[in-house]
This record gives sequence, C-alpha cells and structure tokens, in this order.
Amino acid sequence: MASSPRPARLRQLLALAILAGLAVAAGSVLAAARLDRADFVLNNATEIQSLDPHTVTGVPEGRVMRAIYEGLVVKHPETLAPLPGMAASWEVSDDGLHYRFHMRSGAVWSDGELIDAEDFAFAWRRLLSPETAAEYAYQLWCVEGAEAWTLLPDDRRYRAFDGSWWQEIEPGRFRVGRTDFVRTASVAAGSRPFTSNDPMQHVGFPEVRGSRTEEADGGTADFWRYEFTRALQRDGYELQVLATNSSDGLDGDPDASRWVFELQLDPDAVARLELMDAATFRELTWREHVGIKASDDGTVLDVTLNQPTPYFLDLCAFYPLFPVSASAIERAKERWPATWRIEWLKPEHLVTNGPYRVAFRRVNDRIRLAKNSTYWDADRVAFDTIDVLAVDHLGTSLNLYLTGEVDWIDRPIAGVIPRLMPREDFEPAPYLGSYFYRVNTTKPPFDDVRVRRALALAIDRREICEKITKSGEQPAHGIVPRSLAGYPGADFAHARDEATYEANLAKDLDEAKRLLADAGYGPDGDEFPTFEILYNTDQTHKDVAEVLASRWARDLGLSVKTLNQEWKVYLDSQRTLDYDVSRSAWIGDYLDANSFLDLWVTDGENNRTGWGDARYDALIAQAAREPNEARRLELLTEAEAILMEALPVIPLYDYTTRNLTNPRLGGFFGNALDEHFPKFFYWMDDAELAAKRAAGDPDAVRVPARGPSAGMYPPAGRDAVYRASNEAPR
Amino acid sequence: MLRFLLRRAMWFAITLFVVVTVSFFLMRAVRGGPFDGERALNPAIERNLQARYHLDWPQWKQYLAYIGPFNLDEEGPEFLGGDGARPFGGVLAGDFGPSFKYRDFTVNDIIGQSLPISAALGSIALAWALLLGLTAGVASALWRGTKTDVALRLAATTGIALPNFVIAGFLVILFVFLVPLLPVAGYGSPAHLILPGFALGAPFAAYIARLSRTGMLEVLHQDYIRTARAKGLSERLVILRHALKGGILPVVSYLGPATAGILTGSLVIERIFAIPGTGSHFVNSALNRDYTLAMGVTILYTVLVYALNTLVDLAYTLLDPRIELEDEA
Repeated sequence: MASSPRPARLRQLLALAILAGLAVAAGSVLAAARLDRADFVLNNATEIQSLDPHTVTGVPEGRVMRAIYEGLVVKHPETLAPLPGMAASWEVSDDGLHYRFHMRSGAVWSDGELIDAEDFAFAWRRLLSPETAAEYAYQLWCVEGAEAWTLLPDDRRYRAFDGSWWQEIEPGRFRVGRTDFVRTASVAAGSRPFTSNDPMQHVGFPEVRGSRTEEADGGTADFWRYEFTRALQRDGYELQVLATNSSDGLDGDPDASRWVFELQLDPDAVARLELMDAATFRELTWREHVGIKASDDGTVLDVTLNQPTPYFLDLCAFYPLFPVSASAIERAKERWPATWRIEWLKPEHLVTNGPYRVAFRRVNDRIRLAKNSTYWDADRVAFDTIDVLAVDHLGTSLNLYLTGEVDWIDRPIAGVIPRLMPREDFEPAPYLGSYFYRVNTTKPPFDDVRVRRALALAIDRREICEKITKSGEQPAHGIVPRSLAGYPGADFAHARDEATYEANLAKDLDEAKRLLADAGYGPDGDEFPTFEILYNTDQTHKDVAEVLASRWARDLGLSVKTLNQEWKVYLDSQRTLDYDVSRSAWIGDYLDANSFLDLWVTDGENNRTGWGDARYDALIAQAAREPNEARRLELLTEAEAILMEALPVIPLYDYTTRNLTNPRLGGFFGNALDEHFPKFFYWMDDAELAAKRAAGDPDAVRVPARGPSAGMYPPAGRDAVYRASNEAPR
Repeated sequence: MLRFLLRRAMWFAITLFVVVTVSFFLMRAVRGGPFDGERALNPAIERNLQARYHLDWPQWKQYLAYIGPFNLDEEGPEFLGGDGARPFGGVLAGDFGPSFKYRDFTVNDIIGQSLPISAALGSIALAWALLLGLTAGVASALWRGTKTDVALRLAATTGIALPNFVIAGFLVILFVFLVPLLPVAGYGSPAHLILPGFALGAPFAAYIARLSRTGMLEVLHQDYIRTARAKGLSERLVILRHALKGGILPVVSYLGPATAGILTGSLVIERIFAIPGTGSHFVNSALNRDYTLAMGVTILYTVLVYALNTLVDLAYTLLDPRIELEDEA
C-alpha cells in the first residue's frame, strides 16, 4: 500500500524526536562517563583477563593483583627481598622443605572478616583444583602431593588405602595405577606414607622414599605391582593381572605412562573394594597428603615441599598464591546460582585484602582503585585513588604520558627511545627476559648442530641492540639473562667485551663458515636450502628478522626469507613445529635460572624445538632436588652449557625495562622482574624531588614533575618500610 | 508498508542465521585458540580449561548450545537431562555467553557497557558530518564555479582521500600539543569526545558535501524550481523549502551506509583516542580468538546495519512521496 504524503508537521515531529533521542542518549552516556582524575594514573596497556588471581597469567594482571590482594609475603620494592605481608613472620627448616607461616593477627578482608591460615589453605586448594582450571596451578606443584592432586583424573574411581586409582573398564575389569602420593608423601622426612595399610609399608620398601627420577625405573614399578597384587591376595582377593603398562599396549593412554596395569576381579571382590568417587578421594587426599595445613586456631600455616625450592618465598608474593574470600564466593553461589562465576568478581561484590579495592570498572577503559581502609597497613598507603588504564595504542599511551594525564607507562614506541634516553624519567634497567630464536631441530638441515652453531655465531648482536632495540639491551650468548645475580652461566661463544668485540666477531664468522662447509654446504658442497624466519606482527621483531636474514645472506651466503604471522597463528606454528627458525622470548617468573632452563627438557610444553637430551633432563631434575645453593647453580650452569652446545635456541639479547614515570613518583624502582608495588607509591615533595635530582645524573634532561607537591605519604612510615626490609626474617 | 516490513523481517532472520552460522564455523576453523599463549599450558590444565568452556564438545554441539534451540546445561529441557527451567538458551534467549578473554564479563555486559559509548561517539560524528557536509555542499552548489566552490570541493576531496586516523593525528598535534585545548585521549568527560567525533566524521562530511552538491545542482535545474522562482518566491524560500528536500535525497540514501561506516570505522578512532567503545572489540576479539565476543559483536553489527538500512528506506517515503516501498529495488 502506498503511503500517502503525511502532514509536514508529523515529519518534523518525527525528525525532532529522533534528534532529541540521540541528544538524550549522548548526554546520559557522557554524564555517566564523568570521572575526576585519580591521584595516580598508570597505563596497563591492556584490559586484564580477570580480577580473580587464580585464573589469570600475565604482567598487566599482576599489577592489578598486587594492588588489590596481598599474599603471605610482599616484596621490597627495590631489592625484591620478602617482607611480612599477611604472614607476620615465618620459619624455614634447615632442609628447605618445611615452611611455617605465623599469620598476622587482626588482618581483615575488605568486608571486615578476619583473615587466617584457613583462607590461604582454601585459596591454594582453589588454585590447584581442576574445577578452577587455573593456568598457573603448576606454580604450586612444588608443594608435596599438589601436582598429583591437581592431575587426579575425575573419571576414575579411587582406593584410599594404597593411593591407587581404579578405573573400571568393564565389569570387574580394572585399570589400576598409583597416584604419586605415596612417593611424594614419603619424601618429607619422618612423615608416614599414606596409611598403615600401604603395601609399601608392609614390605618395607625403602627405595620408594627416594626421588621422582625413580619413575623412570621400570624395576621399581614392577616391584610395586608385584607387592601390590600380593597384598590384595593376602587380603583374600582373587585377581588376575591382564596387562602391564610397558609391554602390553597400555601406552596409548596418556595417564597410563607409569605404574599402570590391568586386573580382573570377581564382582564380590569389587563390592568389598570400597571404591570411592574422585570428589571424595580428592577431599581425603587433600586433608592427608597435600602439604598445606592450617592450624586449628588459624594462626599458623604449615607448608611442606617436595623439594627445596629456593624461590618459594618469592612465590608466596606471586599473585597465583594470593588469597580469595571463601565466604564471598559462597555468598555469590547462593545468590546467583547460574552466574556466580562472574558476579563475585564485580567491583560491588568483590572482597579483597590488599592496599586497594576495586571501586569502578569499565571494560577496555579503566579499573579505578580506591584505598582499602580495612587494610592492615592502610596508614602507609599514600594514594586515595589509582586509575589503571587499558590503552593499548603505544602512541596514544605516550601522548597521555607526555600531556600529564598518565603518570606511568611501561612501553614507549620504539622509535622515540633515542629521544627518551637522556631524560630523567626514563631509566631502563636490566630485566629478567631473554630474546632468542628457536630452531626447529627436527627439520633438516637444522637437525645438524653445526648448522645451528653456524647461524648462532654469525650474528652481530651489538648491531641489533644499538640500531634496533636501542634502550641499553645487552647482547646475549646464553639463554639465562646475565643480569641474574649469583648465577655463573655458560656462554656458547667467545667472551665479547667492548675491546675484543670486533675481533671475536670476525673469528666467529670464520668458524661459522667452516662449520657450514663441514656440514656439507657452501662453495664445495650442496646449496643450503632456502629457509624462513618466523616472527609475530611487531615492528621490532620484523626489524630483527630482516637484519638477521640479510646478515646471514651476506656473511654465510644463505637464502633467507622472513615470514610474518598473526600472534595466535604464530603460536600454533611454533607448537606444531611448523617453522624453520622462529623469533621467541621468555620472561622469568621468579629470580632464578631454573625459570629459563626447565623449558628445554625433552618434550616440555614450552620446548617447541623438538630438541631433547637425557643428560640435560637429568641435570635439571638433579638441580631441583639439590639443597646446596652453590651446587645447585653449578648444576644449572652445566645444563646451560649442554644447551648452548646443542643450540636448539639462539640467544640474541637480554631485555631491559622501559618504564616512563613521573619524576615525582616515589617508591618506584627499576628491578629485574619489573615488578612494582602500588602499596609503596607516593608523591615526593619538592625537597625530596630536589634531593633526588641532586643525587642523580646531573646531565639528565629535566622534565616537568606534575602532581601535588605535598608528599602524599607520611615520611616516618616510609622509613619504617625500609627498616623492615633489613629485619625481615628469612 | 506492513508487507514491506514483514518481508524485511523474514530476510533479516535468514541473513542473521547465515551470518551466525558461517562466522561460528569460520572462527573455529582459524588456527589458534582462545587459551593459546606464549606459555604453553600443561595438557591436563588445558583439558580442564576447555571443559570449563565446553570447547571439548564436538562442534555441532557447541553450535547448538551457542544458538540455543535447546539449552544444553542443567536448566535445559527434560529430555536432555535438564530440569526444564529454561529450555531455550544461547543467542535465541538473548544470551551471548561469557567472554573467553575478559572472564569477568559476559558478552552482554561488554556490549551493554561499550555500545552506548560508541553510539554517543557515532552520533556526534554523524551530526557533525551532516552539519558540515550539508552546509558545504549546498553552499558549493549555490556558488558553483566561484572560488568558494573550488575551495570547498578541494577540502571535500582531501577529506575523502585522508583516512580518519591521519586526520586524528593532525588534530592531536594541533589541539593538544600546539594549542593545548583538549585532552589527547581517554574517556571521562564530554571534551574527550570532541576530537574523536570530529576525526571520525570528517571523511563522511566530505562525502556528504559532494553528494549534496551534486544533488542540489540537479534539483536546481528542475522545472518545479523554475516554477517556484517564477512565482516570485524569495531565493531563500526556494532553496530551503523546495530545492533542499530533493537535493539531499542522495544524502539520505547514503545515511545507512554512512552510519554503518561510522560504526565499523570507529575501531581505529576508538583505539587512537582510547575510547572504550564497541569498535575496538570488533578486531581484538578476533585476534584473541575470543569466540563468543567476536560472535556477539558480529551479530550486533549485522542487526545494526540491517536496521539502519530499513530505516533509511522508510525515511525515503517521508522525503519523497513518489517512492513507494513495495517497489523495493
């Protein structure tokens, strides 16, 4: 039907109504958006995954977590030494396996409830539980029994008395394996493995109390199986062993790699077995066999480790080990049975225990933090509000900093770094991160160590640091960053200090050519196949790849292309070993060489080079058990030497931090983990700022120090923080 | 009119179904998954994570759960083992699911927070594009051949040729660093939307100027304009009452695509000016393999573009009685 011409009045009204609607909508959005500037603003560069400390991974997430939660210990902002946090003090046993934390009395959650050791036991159990699906669950696997507890398959039925799992494949037919509990529980000196019914106890089997490497020992497994079935028979069970793991084809099952066999039982025997479901078994094993125990009055938390873990206190200050409020989660579950997973994390419901609480959150814009008045040390928290922005555009981030709208950004655009270098607000510090290339060692010609070594030698690393990255990065000839204090390390090439750099580079180039010729390539041999350098989308990665491609072409006569892939595709290519040479990097989780070395064990998830060496694996495992620190570092150095001999990874340079901070910001220090603690931040007053400038580099370019010049911090309290660092028990 | 709307609705349902289905499977066909990161996950932990988000289900089942003819969780229909409380789930129930990347938010939360912001930015950009574009276009047509016309046309061509992020760069240098009048980026006050609104609207203003100039020139040669002039009407009345209405018809038909362009084009501007709108999710969710968020934003844009085009068709009849909806071209 044709619409007849409407009166002009109506049309005008319609247009007016639409315009008015738009205006009202725009107006209300803008009215809701109005926010005053916070006392301190930092750009976190991305929207964090979650406010739940147990499900996140990543540097930006860590910044928020350290502001709103507090672990058993906190770290000194400059030295990173542990300071008392939720634990007022702690003791460590001489063998490094037992930690006893004395909880701070009177510390409360932001809803006023008291925090005790039970909260940490709950939180750590939550981190380990498969239901949480925490990516960082493995951070706590150094605790006795924890790894096995996380990895208990939930589709199995379990037996309590011997720490075994039973999976019923057919009626009466079981696949039986053992959890790790017996062995890991018995490692702890004096603790009784599982229960007195444990067949291991009956036969007095001392070897099983040893180390995890015995898993590789088939003899031990066979012996266990033999004693285990004998114990069952002694108790009156008729059974028939149908198959064992290594010889009878159980190897296809990923869970069946060790300690597994199949047996047949008659139905009566099955009824007597008292099998329990996974949830019940989990409950039982948590109480009895995972080394995390809160005392009844909640004042003491006892932790037993599998092996001496020198960085365990650092871990306690790492966000996966932060507590969450059990009662807040319970309340959410009751109120929102379907959506509690999201509801308990909303700012208005979230309960935290750190110096700040979440006041407001707008996705992709900001998290506004407000001082948590219930925090035990609230008197020493300087800022009332902190804004954590999620601006991912590097240019915009820099502009925000330059116009004073943001006080701290962590990554200026690479192009402006030379202009930032002389400024007082830009002080790159060594960062525990390594930039390197992975080589696909499963693919010819890269399966030849001579080829890998030739590639590694023929790189002018100083050129990359000086012409591309430009913020004081150090050329690397080992995979562990050399900024790591106390670790000797093993380099693959000639020492290269300033004076000998050119000469040694020339020597290395000659050796590289000779190695390639030895491997059968070059003027007298085969033509080296064309290969690709894989990198993910980023200007620096592109520049480095192109420089390397052109240098390898010029100096070694190779034909090299570069291949850019989007991040997730690039990760997939690495994982499936669908590459030749691939740009890579690794940032240490904690101040320890192991963080860079345990990646390369055979078939490790992060190995992604196809390389493996039994000697290397053994050294890494041995180092993990070694209580003597000096000896442990020697073992790790030996391992690194093996790695640098085989070169499945080619180190390029060690990272530096790139923070730009308002010159007036106090309590912020460059450190190797690039971890900073909002609890300690404050504005310097004019006198302190002048003193800092007088003590610093006199040639540094001064920039305007914005912000209130009345120090937002009681100086007496600040001194106490530093005193505490000297008195901190270790 | 009703038949037109009904037919549109039917095509809309079909379009939406195709868009949802194709993008659902395309998304999952791309290499890489939502939980891939620099640090590989322990296989057991990865299995837990996939189970939590049902990524371990076969794709057809994930698809059904997503569009939701049947709710596959505990509240689903009884014959699927649920308690029958909420038989329909997924998109059919208006539930886009939880975001995989931003785990504290549902996709509905994210769109609910960001869409009004994008709409505010888009309204400002569109209003400004119309105001400037129409004024320049009409002026240009009236003063055809003069220096003003040449200058305006040059400006319009430049505006079309320059991408909005280049304009944004100039604006920032000019109004933030040289003459510090406006905030450089961020969101928190009306002043924060002025530069992005301007940059976002500029290319559209330029195009509208060209369209309205052409439209006006054509109309000014029509008989009814000559008649109006012959009746002795003042030039102002001739232009405003008679010429303008016909002259801006091309602009009206451009409004649909322009609005869609402003919405989708806002992703660059939103990023440069750090505006927490929907545009940035359009690209980032795909890069993050945040399946549910990417689907949610895709569906949102499909609905918006379709609805806007329908509105434009309706607006045609208001402006030009000669056009009848049933003869839909």
